[in-house]
Amino acid sequence: MAERKVAWKARKDNSLIGSDITRIDGVEKASGHAKYAADINTPGTLFARLLTFKGGAATVKTLDTADAEKTPGVRAVHVFNGVGKEVRWDGTIVAAVAADTPEQAEDGVRAIKVTYEAKPHWVDEEDLGGATAAKRTKPLGDNQKGEVAAALKAAKHVHKGYYGIVTISHMCMEPHGSHCEWDGEDKLNVYLSTQNVSGTGGQFAGPLGLDASNVSITCDYIGGGFGSKFAVDQWGVACAQLSKKAGKPVRLMLDRATEMKIGGTRPSGFIEVTIAADAEGNITVWDSHHWGTSGIAGSTISLGQLPYCFDGIPNRNRKATGISTNTGPNRAWRAPPHPQLCAVTDTVIDDLAAKMGANSYDIFMKNLDKTPKPDVYAEEMKIGAKLIDWKAKWHAHGKGSGKGAVKRGLGMALHRWGGRAGATTCTVKVHPDGAVETFLGSQDLGTGTRTVIAITLAETFGLGVADVKVNIGNNSYPKANPSGGSITVGGVSGPLRRAGLEALWKIYDLVAAKHKVPADSLTAKGGKILSAGKAVCSWKQACGLLGPMPLEVQGQGPKNDGLTSSGVAGVQMADVSVDIETGIVRINKLVAVQDCGLIIDELTARSQVYGGLIMGIAYALSEERVMDNRTGRFINADLENYKLPRIGDIGELVVHMYQPDSEYERGVVGLGEPPVISTGAAISNAVANATGVRVPIQPLTPQRVLEALKGAQA
Amino acid sequence: MWDRNDQNRSRPDFSRRDFLKGSAAAATATAVATQGPEEAAAANLKTNVFAAAATSVTLNVNGKNHTVKVEPRVTLLHVLRNTLNLTGCKEVDERSADGADTVMIDGKAVLAGSRLAIECEGKEIRTVESLRQGEKVDAVVAGFVKHDAMQCGFCTPGFVVATRVFLDHNPKASLGDIQKGLGGNICRCGTYQGITACALEISTGGK
Amino acid sequence: MRPFEYARPQTESETLDLLNDHDANTAVLAGGTDLISLLQDDLQEPQRVVDIKQVESMHGVTQDGGGVRIGALTTLEEIAASPLLENYRSLADVVDGVRAIQIQQMGTLGGDLCHQPNCWFYRNGYGLLALEDGESLVASGDNRYHAILGNQGPAKFVSAARFAPALIAWGADVRVIGPEPDASEWLPLEHFFVTPNVESQGVSILKPGQLISHVRLPAAEEKISSTYEVLQMEGLDWPLAAAAVTIDLDRGVVREASIVMGHVAPMPWVAHEAAQSLIGQSVDEVSATRAGEIAVQAATPLRDNGYKVQLAKTAVKRAVLAAADMLEGVL
Repeated sequence: MAERKVAWKARKDNSLIGSDITRIDGVEKASGHAKYAADINTPGTLFARLLTFKGGAATVKTLDTADAEKTPGVRAVHVFNGVGKEVRWDGTIVAAVAADTPEQAEDGVRAIKVTYEAKPHWVDEEDLGGATAAKRTKPLGDNQKGEVAAALKAAKHVHKGYYGIVTISHMCMEPHGSHCEWDGEDKLNVYLSTQNVSGTGGQFAGPLGLDASNVSITCDYIGGGFGSKFAVDQWGVACAQLSKKAGKPVRLMLDRATEMKIGGTRPSGFIEVTIAADAEGNITVWDSHHWGTSGIAGSTISLGQLPYCFDGIPNRNRKATGISTNTGPNRAWRAPPHPQLCAVTDTVIDDLAAKMGANSYDIFMKNLDKTPKPDVYAEEMKIGAKLIDWKAKWHAHGKGSGKGAVKRGLGMALHRWGGRAGATTCTVKVHPDGAVETFLGSQDLGTGTRTVIAITLAETFGLGVADVKVNIGNNSYPKANPSGGSITVGGVSGPLRRAGLEALWKIYDLVAAKHKVPADSLTAKGGKILSAGKAVCSWKQACGLLGPMPLEVQGQGPKNDGLTSSGVAGVQMADVSVDIETGIVRINKLVAVQDCGLIIDELTARSQVYGGLIMGIAYALSEERVMDNRTGRFINADLENYKLPRIGDIGELVVHMYQPDSEYERGVVGLGEPPVISTGAAISNAVANATGVRVPIQPLTPQRVLEALKGAQA
Repeated sequence: MWDRNDQNRSRPDFSRRDFLKGSAAAATATAVATQGPEEAAAANLKTNVFAAAATSVTLNVNGKNHTVKVEPRVTLLHVLRNTLNLTGCKEVDERSADGADTVMIDGKAVLAGSRLAIECEGKEIRTVESLRQGEKVDAVVAGFVKHDAMQCGFCTPGFVVATRVFLDHNPKASLGDIQKGLGGNICRCGTYQGITACALEISTGGK
Repeated sequence: MRPFEYARPQTESETLDLLNDHDANTAVLAGGTDLISLLQDDLQEPQRVVDIKQVESMHGVTQDGGGVRIGALTTLEEIAASPLLENYRSLADVVDGVRAIQIQQMGTLGGDLCHQPNCWFYRNGYGLLALEDGESLVASGDNRYHAILGNQGPAKFVSAARFAPALIAWGADVRVIGPEPDASEWLPLEHFFVTPNVESQGVSILKPGQLISHVRLPAAEEKISSTYEVLQMEGLDWPLAAAAVTIDLDRGVVREASIVMGHVAPMPWVAHEAAQSLIGQSVDEVSATRAGEIAVQAATPLRDNGYKVQLAKTAVKRAVLAAADMLEGVL
């Protein structure tokens, strides 16, 4: 018998992989039957409401919860920050009240008497001079490569500029939180909104003094994480403590304003940069100093990857300064910190091209040799250019033919990401009646993980997606990687393919023996087992040969067997219109060309890219956290003033999944994060091309656009 | 009671043959808006006034009458989600600026978080759950699945209801109409492409 | 929200009776798209909420002599659909700018006119005037969305009433009833709004226990109108600036004009001189631009909202051109 090899099928032999497969939990979600952490209505569940600090910074001077405890319906009160504690940013939780109804919990919160002693606050993340004077800055690194000064002298084209991108919140539609129920004194069941089903049990067990094996974590559905929901957080443990105190289940979810303030932020970066090129347009110098904030810790976007993707620029200085602000701390935000790195790199390159009088496309193409995957970028750029009609629509910056107030322009940017498979184990179970199920403690953030799992097994066994029962979302199942870093699709598909093949081969051996056909002539397709293309028996009949016990196989990963790998590129191009009398920017078209190795479900893969583009439009044009310097408050922590794009704000989105055979052969690589990276820079570049003026800071709001246009006229 | 195991099972694809009509008028028991005599006497209140304390409120939801005891300040959203276990509509934002709490009242799109339960007596309330009966789903639900108009799914029920009502009132909607009509719903994951495709398909194809 | 009584009157006089218990510490509930948010944030704490949606007399659009009477409970959707309002295009423009079916079907005209400011200091609990020790938090804080006109006193928020500019430009009157059961008065909508000097003045002349029952428009005759809102987003959003114009154009020459700006001042801002500048002119790029410039020449922007002067100027220009169907080449 020929050696059996773990591998994906040849591309042409796939029945499911490579087509559009709808989500197996689609109907659950669309008909409102999917249950999230706040949907668990165990009888007697109490509702928690929070008292949060509303100011810049302070210490808690007095705190009296006695009246809250006596409020009708209130069953427990939990103090987070008591007398003497520092509350260092707007939204810090002071206390939580659990009551029979949400309204009574609010009554309880109102009954808490608290006073603060205000402390000085600093919330301005852009004003480096002011921050320095307020002693809120610290150096974060300074390194050199090559000979910047000499290279600058020798350069033909030099451009100096200022660019930046502000802090935003994760803004998950489902806030952080959980539902906690005790089973006796020492067993805890948690329905947690988390990206980390397998790894959060211990975060309850430790602080609560429980055996980790007695903490059950369930997350069947999560309403967005984007990197902010790996930990249980103080309020998660508090939910369990309130439940214990009250002797009843408790639901504690952050309210929207608190969610925006403390649920996670993406650090900002503001950069002064000099870039230079030789006569042919090869970039020879990058010299930058940037600053920004990640909150009180005073970090900013890491300087280690500047200039973004163009590592091969030979002469480089880069320096970073962090500003410590009294603001909610940062958490990983979808591809951290690549969106910001791209926003302060590809805009600079574009302006250099404009200064040279060159076509931005040509300068990016010229310098691909300084990127990790020049050939892939080149191909993706060519495809993108066709899709957006770059050649026909290009004009020099500001020199479009539009009359009237509306100017149109093009811009592009590129990005990279890793996406290596995470560490996951799974159990695949084949029943003698042909039923197939799998168990793994993974979560589906909305990326389509459940569906990918079903497709992987169904493809392997020659079944339909509906024939596979997928069990995820509980920590009693074999442990799976947390979903972050775009490691899940490889993390789950690898072990499932391995275990699936092992199970399949065992079944083949049984069929071969029973039907006297060579085992390596067998394939599984359309619910049947075939020998040299001729049906031998049905899948069900084959499984009947297993005897009375189901077949159980464990799968593990990551392995170096070629099922998964790492490293993606990606190119995005934008066609925008700018109304120069109002500063309003509209997307005409966004084109994304994205590779991610072998694509298991084309439909949900494209959705990831559409989603990334739309999140990109958000931070490019309208999304920002506004800290009011005077009050120290996150003053737009609401969904009217924190502006996210709606269905009419996206223009035409074109997604091209780049998957030549060379990509298919690489195996599965993660996709969840890369599509959000270069959108901001592409849009900013398109606005610069349309108007002839760089709007330096993202988001490009009407205020910023008009101020830039006015500045240019002066 | 909610069975965790049910949620872990993957479901087979549902047949799309049948779908519910968008605004079927169910027989509604008109609930007369009066309070109990003891409550009125105790509070010495006038007619058509309800005390601040919890009072009996009868709501017609998805064709069935439910009598709940709630204070006037309790929103319809909380009654639907917490008392009637209809958790499809979601609580995202206290100002309801996101649309995830959209339900249908007498065939119109209403933000349940901006409406008191007590305001809704005598009305026909329908939630997203009414767009599915076992394996039969409404064309909007089927369309959302077909066009992958969802990711995390949290905004999805509100969007499905808003889309259903919008198409009921604008059966021949253009792209521009759809973009205006559904601009009250936020999706953070970015599913607008699929939602647009779904709405356009139903609109141009007729219902 | 704090606990409150709930009342469901069936008539205007019953409404007034129920509104004036509790020393008129009561609130009127129509569509709820603003009030419920205010209650959730404890910005209003009524002892009784009076739900007026059953008051038949306040529903519907009817003929009123040569003009039109609109009940305060008329929804945005009903305004857009009413044949009687076809000739008042600036109203349809406002409805068109509210991009959400929920608000179109829940929101009422009366509710819009009574919408509290969206000023983020106000919504975060600092009061309409956001004063701390006599100092304006707005003036020293982030005021990018705040007033560029009428802001020399303590009030620096902008009016949120989206229909007010169009209605005022049409010369609309508003009927206010209460607090006494038989009290009712028609007054020009222009005089309905106030710029407060102290918190308790609020944003309108409504005293506790009063409410709007109707709006009345004069005959449209042959006048042309338009509302131009500068909206950053295509989805549901608040205008950064807006202008409504009504013009009596007689054989290509402006005989009468009214220009009212919105979201640039604590009240809707009537631009008298700008309107005057159009009299005797034809409507064209030159006259429209000039009207815009005049409308903002007295603007006193704050530190962060200078860009709104440009937006207000543009809104006026574009509203004038749009009224005459001459607006093109804009996003």
